[in-house]
Amino acid sequence: MYSDKVMDHFMNPRNVGEIENADGVGQVGNAKCGDIMKMYLKIENDVIVDAKFKTFGCGAAVATSSMATELVVGKTVEEALNITNKAVADALDGLPPAKMHCSNLAEEAITAAIEDYKRRNGLLDEKDECTACSRRCDDVHHHHMEEEE
Amino acid sequence: MGDKLIYLDHAATTFVKPEVVETMLPYFTHKFGNASSIYTIGRESKKAVEEARDKVAMALGAQSREIFFTGSGTEADNWAIKGVAYANKAKGNHIITTAIEHPAVLNTCQYLESEGFEVTYLPVDENGLVTPEQVAEAIKPNTILVTIMFANNEIGTIQPISEIGRVTKEKGVYLHVDAVQAVGNVPINVVDMNIDLLSLSGHKFYGPKGVGALYIRKGVKVTSFIHGGHQERGRRASTENVPAIVGLGKAIELATKNLEEYNRKLLTLREKTIEEITKRIPFVKLNGDRHKRLPGNINFSFEYIEGESLLLMLDMKGIAASSGSACTSGSLDPSHVLLAIGLPHEIAHGSLRITFGEENTQEDVDYLLDSLVTIVERLREMSPLYENVKRGNQNV
Ligand SMILES: Cc1ncc(COP(=O)(O)O)c(C=O)c1O
Repeated sequence: MYSDKVMDHFMNPRNVGEIENADGVGQVGNAKCGDIMKMYLKIENDVIVDAKFKTFGCGAAVATSSMATELVVGKTVEEALNITNKAVADALDGLPPAKMHCSNLAEEAITAAIEDYKRRNGLLDEKDECTACSRRCDDVHHHHMEEEE
Repeated sequence: MGDKLIYLDHAATTFVKPEVVETMLPYFTHKFGNASSIYTIGRESKKAVEEARDKVAMALGAQSREIFFTGSGTEADNWAIKGVAYANKAKGNHIITTAIEHPAVLNTCQYLESEGFEVTYLPVDENGLVTPEQVAEAIKPNTILVTIMFANNEIGTIQPISEIGRVTKEKGVYLHVDAVQAVGNVPINVVDMNIDLLSLSGHKFYGPKGVGALYIRKGVKVTSFIHGGHQERGRRASTENVPAIVGLGKAIELATKNLEEYNRKLLTLREKTIEEITKRIPFVKLNGDRHKRLPGNINFSFEYIEGESLLLMLDMKGIAASSGSACTSGSLDPSHVLLAIGLPHEIAHGSLRITFGEENTQEDVDYLLDSLVTIVERLREMSPLYENVKRGNQNV
């Protein structure tokens, strides 16, 4: 069911942990739905120089978190915001349809961490506030069930 | 992944015992006759089917005429419930079951609701038990059937079937028991226990898959399920799957003969595992009744981690087990059984079911325990939910 790449990122996840004095921290998902991702970013001169994560969730949730941290490092904040859930899934050679919502969480975790960074630095527009606030399980899951159809 | 396989999922299915395979083999090749044919190899097949029927009857304390072979445990459940419902419509339309049944029963009941039947789903206590009093209170003048599983496939809880049988007998309501997980693990006598219908399945006690049986007590009104030829006395048509039926017969004979010894073996493995997990891993909870449970069943929730991750990591170590997390159930919600015993979603997501069997050893248990300790620790280190717990502990 899982690609070799997913299994590799699950069994040997890159960048697990926390960053002390991170410039942005984002947490999405909730325990009731069975997955939570927390992402820590170190940002210098608008470039993401380090990323770490902690995840509670299934194999796909861990693998997408791991892949997301790999994808953001070296990117500017704006470039990182443009990483889609599809990009994360594609980088893992795909995810089973029932697991696509995990890649969504990864995208949202990146956004949430960057929003935190912007908020701390007074860069956040009022209207942008909270695009990645934790939703209910049904929102995350059903939303993507529809997309698959 | 190495070649190592430690199979700890006997509630899902079992291997077929070599003695069982051996008794089946001739019925694929030179003893291939149709059991309905009148010539010699036909009669041989017929005889083999009837001998298997005798063995099933013997194991349950039933008469051979009360045993009907089916294509699976699921089919036996479907037949029992729909068959009683349709045949007793004139008497009433109310069915009583529990919230923790196997989908073979739950979805059948839900289907009948769509056909105008009324179903009561009895809640269970925190250990997964229903009481005879609950059943008695739920019975109404229009109740025709009570269907309750003997033992639960996820948490192993064994229901007080004898006591429930007394209630249903006194009230004149049929009792169907899904004993798919119980046969071969728990002594059963359908007469003493006042069971009217009972389902079983070959692949849970070292017999083949795709064959089951339904016990229908003489006199119970049930419609036929598969319409066609005259097989199974016209009540379940289609050419008999002779090798599978022969295999099921052999398997139930062996299971009944070895019941005590098998039980003792599984109990030793179960008790040691429960004790050691509780001792060596913090933040765990045993799901299901501590004592009224299948001898080979263990179900633990590990807080702050998710079940599918746990299963994948165990698989990498060659250990096959099962979980009730949403990710493994293929739906948005964790197991209905774990929710019914009152677990919050987040704890239900972190459940692990281990079911021991014939080939397991003390060494398997030791290997499992060492692997579990490392894996749980590793996943918790990765879990954002565990951070606060660790911090909390340091502050104490
Ligand atoms: C309690 C229970 N009932 C019914 C079934 C279905 O049996 P089968 O797989 O033979 O259809 C199972 C097996 O998964 C079970 O555990």
